[in-house]
Amino acid sequence: MKRYPKRPTNAVDGISFQVKPAEVFGLLGPNGAGKTTTVGILTTRVDLTGGAAYVDGIDVTRDPVSARRRLAVVPQRINLDRSLDARQNLIFHAAYHGVSSAERNRRADVLLDQFGLTDHATSKVDKMSGGQSQRLMIARALMHAPQVLFLDEPSTGLDPQARLFVWDRIRELRAQGVTVVMTTHDMDEAAELADRVGIVDHGKLLALDTPEALTRGLSGQSTVDLTVEAAEQDSAEDLLAALCELAEVERGEQVALAPGGGMPGMPPWMGGGGGPPDAAPPGPTGGPVRLRLYVAGEPAAVLGPVAQVLAGRSARLVGVQVGETSLEDVFINLTGRGLR
Amino acid sequence: MTATLTGSGTATGRVDTVSAPRVFAAVLHRDLFVTWRELPTFLVQSLLQPLFLLFVFGKVLGTLGYTQSGYAQLLLPGIIAMTGFLNALQNTSFPLVIDFGFLKEIEDRLLAPIPTSLVAVEKVAFATMRALVGAVLMFPVGVLVLGSVSVPTGRIPLLALFLVVGSVSGAAIGLSLGTLVTPAKLNIVFAVILTPLLFTGATQYPWPSLERLRWFQVVSALNPLTYMSEGLRAAMTPDVPHINPALAIAVLLAFTGVFMALGTWGFRRRAID
Repeated sequence: MKRYPKRPTNAVDGISFQVKPAEVFGLLGPNGAGKTTTVGILTTRVDLTGGAAYVDGIDVTRDPVSARRRLAVVPQRINLDRSLDARQNLIFHAAYHGVSSAERNRRADVLLDQFGLTDHATSKVDKMSGGQSQRLMIARALMHAPQVLFLDEPSTGLDPQARLFVWDRIRELRAQGVTVVMTTHDMDEAAELADRVGIVDHGKLLALDTPEALTRGLSGQSTVDLTVEAAEQDSAEDLLAALCELAEVERGEQVALAPGGGMPGMPPWMGGGGGPPDAAPPGPTGGPVRLRLYVAGEPAAVLGPVAQVLAGRSARLVGVQVGETSLEDVFINLTGRGLR
Repeated sequence: MTATLTGSGTATGRVDTVSAPRVFAAVLHRDLFVTWRELPTFLVQSLLQPLFLLFVFGKVLGTLGYTQSGYAQLLLPGIIAMTGFLNALQNTSFPLVIDFGFLKEIEDRLLAPIPTSLVAVEKVAFATMRALVGAVLMFPVGVLVLGSVSVPTGRIPLLALFLVVGSVSGAAIGLSLGTLVTPAKLNIVFAVILTPLLFTGATQYPWPSLERLRWFQVVSALNPLTYMSEGLRAAMTPDVPHINPALAIAVLLAFTGVFMALGTWGFRRRAID
């Protein structure tokens, strides 16, 4: 628990979680939710007002020095040593952690190479681009071979290439057995990288699970949109009724045929109003219609039975679109849509 | 709140256990390394002002007949004290205000496996070393400007003692200022503090001679620089009346103790939320 003086509420108030070895753990939350404070506590930079925090079995309040041996931090803001060049930043960091001279030179060369910075080894750090600085900060954090790496919004402000690069490095670290704790408000990043995600808001932990379980748990349903052409003697209503009899399908409705084939990947709440799209009048017989099925389990599992029903009624399937709830929906659902 | 993180040892292996003195040395090495690379800047910063003070007040005024002969020799210890004391103060305070205020470069060292207060002590040690280099270089500068400088051989240890203790006290005050002043208030605070320190430190005259200006003597007695100036005078111009060196050392140590405690507290406050 953390309460700042002169503030009416706790910045971090009862966030409890355990991170497994070699896990990538994502702390997800809006600005000011308490993510950075939580990382600050775990990295010995913020004093606890109550509770306890352990890193690799070490109580960070009682023994911050031992904790610092085991952890490394990549903060949000660039805090590289501007009086030193890129390589010296790495070398001195390792020296602060007692890495021997030969070993720190070796590690610096390896990391500069790995992070594509060999050509910038002797660059002044204030001459480096944002992406280069970010990479150098991660390389610096790895110089003392930490057990636990904390990344505070690692890809904020990075271009797509740099972002993918950082993601790859994080996956590599996990493969090497390093535990990674990262904060982010980037849903894609959390869904892509994290083994488990904790959603934090107002200093409280609202949810904690794998990204898949979180998205599944939100509504318990995904949608499957079918664009079909019913057989001549069949009607869209009868077809929909037949499909709704499938065990996996909870309910179904006919929706307006999306112009141009719809907008794949658009989250459901962006449809306007937040509610389901208005039911559309039945399409002319013979033309394609769009049927939306709400399914409980895996949307892919329903496709087989759907195809059978359609084939049995001689309907032609023109298009399928699976609309899964995203982590973003979970996030918005838990933390609301108000601006921070 | 409870948070437990378990790291694995598989790839990263054992944890380097490094002793605090080695970490301290590495942090100090960083500062010395950076200073060494900026040596000309450092020398100009440290020496230009005392050089001009000594030249104008010691040489020019004497040559024009505005000061008595012998004044320059009495002025030199004061200028050396000022060089050491103010350099130490500025070399801790300015960088800390800027570092804690915006650069945040120090964060990497705050995460080194060493108690936070030792990072503060390193700042004091480093500023003291810089100040001592400046103060010692004032001797050849003195020879250059005044023609000759004499220190009774037997009094060199006393001289060294006051140089070191005086510089440490200046650095301790700088640590307090550097951690208690915000960047926005930097200019005003230093205008209000540095100028009075400079002119109430008995650098241009022996403190006992202020008897004729009693209130100013009392004010000057509150300035630690006074005791460093007097201590250096006791070492370099023992014939001129001066404060008892034992008393001067005691006062300097008391100032150092108080401001080290305050400064370390301030440093921890800035380093840890």
